[in-house]
Amino acid sequence: MALIQADNITKSYRVGDMNVPALKGLSFEIGEGAFAAFVGPSGSGKTTLLNLLGCLDHPSSGTLKVNGTDISTLSRSAAATFRGENLGFIFQDFNLVPVLSAYENIEYPLLMVRGWSPEKRRERVERMIAAVGMTEHAHKRPDQLSGGQKQRVAVARALVGEPKLVLADEPTANLDHDTAYRILELMKSMRDSFGTSFIFSTHDPKIMGEAELTFTLEDGRLVQQGGEA
Amino acid sequence: MTSTLKLAWRNLTRYRRRTLLTALLIMLGVMALLLFVAAAGSFKQTMIGSITDSMLGHLQIHRRGYTASIDNLPLNLNLQPNAVGKIESALKAEPEIAAYSLRVKLGAMFSNFTENTSVRLNGIDPAAEDATVPALRQRINDGDRTGPLVAPGKVLIPTLIARGMKVKVGDAVVLVVTNASGSVNGKNFVVSGILDGVTGPGGRDGYIHIDDARDLLRMDKPEVMEVAVRLKSLKSLAAVQQRLNAKLDEIQNKEGKPATELHLWSDLSPFANIVRMIDMMTLFIRIMLVAIVLVSVMNVMLMAVYERIREIGTLAAIGTQPGKLMAIFLAEGLLLGLAGAAAGIALSYALVGYLNLNPVVFAFGREQITLRPVLELAEVAGVLGLAVLVSALASLQPAWRAARMDPIQALRHV
Ligand SMILES: Nc1ncnc2c1ncn2[C@@H]1O[C@H](COP(=O)(O)OP(=O)(O)OP(=O)(O)O)[C@@H](O)[C@H]1O
Ligand SMILES: [Mg+2]
Repeated sequence: MALIQADNITKSYRVGDMNVPALKGLSFEIGEGAFAAFVGPSGSGKTTLLNLLGCLDHPSSGTLKVNGTDISTLSRSAAATFRGENLGFIFQDFNLVPVLSAYENIEYPLLMVRGWSPEKRRERVERMIAAVGMTEHAHKRPDQLSGGQKQRVAVARALVGEPKLVLADEPTANLDHDTAYRILELMKSMRDSFGTSFIFSTHDPKIMGEAELTFTLEDGRLVQQGGEA
Repeated sequence: MTSTLKLAWRNLTRYRRRTLLTALLIMLGVMALLLFVAAAGSFKQTMIGSITDSMLGHLQIHRRGYTASIDNLPLNLNLQPNAVGKIESALKAEPEIAAYSLRVKLGAMFSNFTENTSVRLNGIDPAAEDATVPALRQRINDGDRTGPLVAPGKVLIPTLIARGMKVKVGDAVVLVVTNASGSVNGKNFVVSGILDGVTGPGGRDGYIHIDDARDLLRMDKPEVMEVAVRLKSLKSLAAVQQRLNAKLDEIQNKEGKPATELHLWSDLSPFANIVRMIDMMTLFIRIMLVAIVLVSVMNVMLMAVYERIREIGTLAAIGTQPGKLMAIFLAEGLLLGLAGAAAGIALSYALVGYLNLNPVVFAFGREQITLRPVLELAEVAGVLGLAVLVSALASLQPAWRAARMDPIQALRHV
């Protein structure tokens, strides 16, 4: 069974009296351990699609299953629970909590979402912070870290709960090319060690090349799929 | 729980100046309230103490109707010996009563052999009066303060009369009385002391021995105009009033109606109105404090939520439950209120300590009042509870907004 099964999903936004279609009937599957990219021009629907997969929004029609759960109709609190247990998020602007140290940012999902015990948390956080190479900077606040370091912390935060799937909307758009490339490498090595599926969106053709699977969107339609599903 | 508080605290220290200013405002409000309550409490205590301990006693019992015409010192509304006996046995049966004093009250002509003036007199038993109003002897500013209050043949006169009539301790005077049946009687007395006046009814009365008073009035039975009662503690006033009233109501006149009336010190002294005014002012300051805390905490928390929309979106996206988000912001407002109130309480204690070392003295009526403010633990706990509760209430709406936020909208916010 595929990790993600999308069957003819659509999404339209209401703007005033108008219904603006953003996704116009997408069907695809993504398996476990995938390293996939959504690509396409601005406004093609990449963010919209990632939001649906991330259980942050409901599709207007069609069914969407993630890890066997139909997420098209989850309630607000059930969706939060589902995200906390199955998903990780990496953001374009890193979105670390400014008042928490690198260590505490990584610990946050275990502490405030999962409610793990201190010993379990410490063991896991230390392992993750080492995996992203940030042990040295564990006690720095985000404003004391470079963009690349922040995104490393964010990758660790996304992975600390060992989710099935990590979603990243333009994770490298705010990083220079070398750093972006290294973050992609980090994500891929994480996929290799933890078996987590990664789906990210990007404009950057070179970054695109790192994906093992690409979905090209145009005007809310899937126009091309490349690589092994 | 502790992690929520820790996060809340970190966020408060993130906007240091804003947090400090708000906490400062709450602190000042708390201090205003606590210091007012402490100072007013001390003032109240001193005044009540002065009124009850030096003349009124804590409560008084009269023949029904006497207090209504007390200004005329009527002679035909006396408690008869039979009723006095019943009152005394009721008082003796009440464990909270420390002492009582039977008084014969009368108006007299005071003469220094060249001039006359009128004087209000209390005929008292010195030992009973001393036990009932122990501060009376402290008002003797000239004369013997240590012996019995007043001996037969002696009179304690108020300063005003002593000064107006140019009478000193040791001088002979004459007191002339018209009794209930209209006959006039006079007697020589020696002035044994001059009394400082105090504010309130009876504050300018003279004192003679009860036997002399009855003698002057040619009473054939040991009648009494007033029974002044002192309790062991003012706290039991209401309870004692209730119990005594039940017993006193059994003393009935010929028409089968209660023959006596019981009044508390607060019914008899106009100072009770000032006490009520002080209590009203305290209430207003309390309301002001609530308003200050409510507005300032709400303002800060609305700003906090507005500034952190993307952060809220992030936390929500990664799975933080709405309830948890709400708790984070509630804790923040609550901590802010708590910090302000705690600082206010600490400073209030410091200031009250200072005021007790360097007391403020001022004149109120005839009294020299020395303020000795005391912070009651219950009051402090009440203020702390109020500040925390109102802070929580003020954060409720902002926290609710944070919890209800749509993660996508929040994450898109710039
Ligand atoms: N909240 C919204 N309300 C109305 N229209 C929206 C909303 N979000 C997205 N859209 C519209 O849906 C379409 C797809 O937007 P989306 O953000 O998914 O594109 P994108 O591929 O992520 O673009 P970019 O590369 O610029 O991030 C666009 O036409 C956009 O205007
Ligand atoms: Mg986008």
